[in-house]
Amino acid sequence: MKTLLLLTCICCFSLPLLAQNQSDGTIGGNFQIDVQSYSPDSLIGAQNVPEKVRSNAFLNLNYTKGNFSAGVRYESYLKEILGFSPNWGGKEGNAGIGYRYARYTNDDFDVTIGNFYEQFGNGMILRTYEERGLGLDNALDGVRAKLTMLKGLQITGVFGKQRSFFNVGPGIVRGIDGELLVEDFLKNFGDNVSILPEGWRLRFGGGVVSKYEQDTDPTLNLPENVLAYNTRMTFQADGFALDAEYAYKINDPKTTNVNTFNPGRALYVNASYSAPGIGINVSLKSLDNMDFRSSRRSQLTDLVLNYLPAVTKQYTYRLLTLYPYATQPNGEIGVQADLLYTFPKGSFLGGKYGTSININYARVHSIDSTRNLSDSTAIEGNLYNTNFLSFGRRVFFDDINVEIQKKWSKDFKTNFGYMRQYYLKELIELLPGTGAIKTDVITSEFIYSLTTTQTIRIELQHMAAEHRKIDADGNDKEAEKDANGFTISPKLDNNNGSWIYALAEYTIAPQWFISVFNEYNYGNEDPNRRLNYLSGNIIYVKDALRLSVGYGRVRGGILCVGGVCRPVPASNGFSLSVSSTF
Amino acid sequence: MRTMFLSISFMFLSLCSILESHAQDNVKQVIPSASIKNIKGEKVNSATITNDGKPILLNFWATWCKPCIQELSNLSSLYDDWKEATGVKIVAVSVDDVRNSAKVAPFVNGKRWEYEVYLDENGDLKRAMNVNNVPHSFLIDGNGKVVWQHNSYAPGDEEKLYEVLKQVAAGQEVTGH
Repeated sequence: MKTLLLLTCICCFSLPLLAQNQSDGTIGGNFQIDVQSYSPDSLIGAQNVPEKVRSNAFLNLNYTKGNFSAGVRYESYLKEILGFSPNWGGKEGNAGIGYRYARYTNDDFDVTIGNFYEQFGNGMILRTYEERGLGLDNALDGVRAKLTMLKGLQITGVFGKQRSFFNVGPGIVRGIDGELLVEDFLKNFGDNVSILPEGWRLRFGGGVVSKYEQDTDPTLNLPENVLAYNTRMTFQADGFALDAEYAYKINDPKTTNVNTFNPGRALYVNASYSAPGIGINVSLKSLDNMDFRSSRRSQLTDLVLNYLPAVTKQYTYRLLTLYPYATQPNGEIGVQADLLYTFPKGSFLGGKYGTSININYARVHSIDSTRNLSDSTAIEGNLYNTNFLSFGRRVFFDDINVEIQKKWSKDFKTNFGYMRQYYLKELIELLPGTGAIKTDVITSEFIYSLTTTQTIRIELQHMAAEHRKIDADGNDKEAEKDANGFTISPKLDNNNGSWIYALAEYTIAPQWFISVFNEYNYGNEDPNRRLNYLSGNIIYVKDALRLSVGYGRVRGGILCVGGVCRPVPASNGFSLSVSSTF
Repeated sequence: MRTMFLSISFMFLSLCSILESHAQDNVKQVIPSASIKNIKGEKVNSATITNDGKPILLNFWATWCKPCIQELSNLSSLYDDWKEATGVKIVAVSVDDVRNSAKVAPFVNGKRWEYEVYLDENGDLKRAMNVNNVPHSFLIDGNGKVVWQHNSYAPGDEEKLYEVLKQVAAGQEVTGH
């Protein structure tokens, strides 16, 4: 660590002097402060919060001068807002510098020491990133170098330890990645050298990541160096694009894969076509034992090295986000197809202002695997056998969604949507006995401009939910009910049954947002839990400053930002949020 | 560990203040250097984005962000007129990660948007520009200085933006924001 300190000092003091561009240095940054109060509310299942008020905050400060930059982030969790991992605040709250770096970059290379975020290819073997709204930050702490000396070829190397809350994990992570743009690379041998027709592009890439962690297990002989690699290619011609990546990981027994010695494999293929007015995207993703972490004992979102997002549509309308799919890194195979079409203005369906339609279908299955009986009695071995790219019998998730957006006049716009979904709750939420849920959701949104700067927006949504039982063999059955019509199986949670949602928002551009919304669980099987979750928000914006004050009940559920989700417990109280960029 | 963090940050801050005291005027950031991808998925350095001395509207958005889509759709119908009047170039930086980044090109084409689009899959440029949430817009003048920025979107925001844009295009000081 002392070496790192020394290096940081040297870089801080010497690089600005070496920088060729002697422009004035600049300081920039941003901050966000979130405060939430908690009132007791046993009806919605809000947990007792002894502190009554909690807060998360951070401030980033970045300094740039010419080719040199450096920065720090101060973070505080006093204590962490409910839903964030309790490891952030610990028992008594926590605050400190969670991120600091120094970086020098020019046309040929780019070196960072300290904390950094990096992604190799599609992230299937390495992605360190932050999602502050979810409390995720798995930055590497160490050194990264990127070399771009030859046209069309970029090499990235990393060495580091991974951030785990206010500490670092036990593993050492090493990685190297290369990306070759064929047409650009050929320009090194002459301006006119080319092998592809005009406008066609071809790209290859590959990376290797290795994690070292001591084996202290008294019984198992665990690999101390776990290696993973990927190979990838992208081809493009006019509006067509094909992107494929294959990843492999050697045996890596640990808590999250029940100590299996199976290797890990993953394949991601995406094809798309687009032309003005039309966009089509089809993807396939298969995963087998691809949970990759820098510590064998870590769980949930802690010390995860790779990124395996769900191959399903990411929704934003409130009721559509009630049952979001979560990737099953230990084994799944899924497909997704997405179509977007905009009818031309002036056509019959396009009208004067244009109409867009979006259709999305996604389906995720188990992988076809059988338990390995010969190895099941041994301490070390493959726990199961599977053929790569084979669809298993169990359906984890199935979802079709249609959305139509139409602008009727200069002042009036509507969005209508329909979704039908199947969600294997017991697997996705790791809650045995809770079965599956079939839902039909209708969404509608009306946007009406009163003047050029004042707008009213109304959202109305309805979800019809059917709870399904999953028997011992994994078959989907109708729910079992008693004589009074109450469900015996599956086990129902607090938010079961059908929902209705309404939102009204009034905005005065560019400064004010005032909104009220209510979610009503009218179809809950328990009459005492047919609750309203009423909330209101006032937001004030001035340039980059955003101030938001809210009050109301928050339903327990899963919050997703980007490709990642976290559970949020039910709560009732005031919320305050201030953020800005400077 | 904590002592080290503190000493580094102390040195960093003192260094910044020394250097800053030499700064001649209140210069805001230019587009910093970060590794992003163009719409074809090829890595580019964000510092190379230019518009020949004319203004740039740099907009951070995502395919899953409703207000972002509303904003870019509304700007789309004004873009031709704005380009003609001010020479502005709209650069739309998608912060979609790999879950959705492959959908960005078909999405932009499907919406008939004519912006210069980039992918910031791992948030490198978002971090370098200190963006908290999307949508977030920066107006950059012909000298590469950020002269105005705005977080979030409400229908009608473009009225204010256009006022500012006209001032910037005319080389005037941005006022009244």
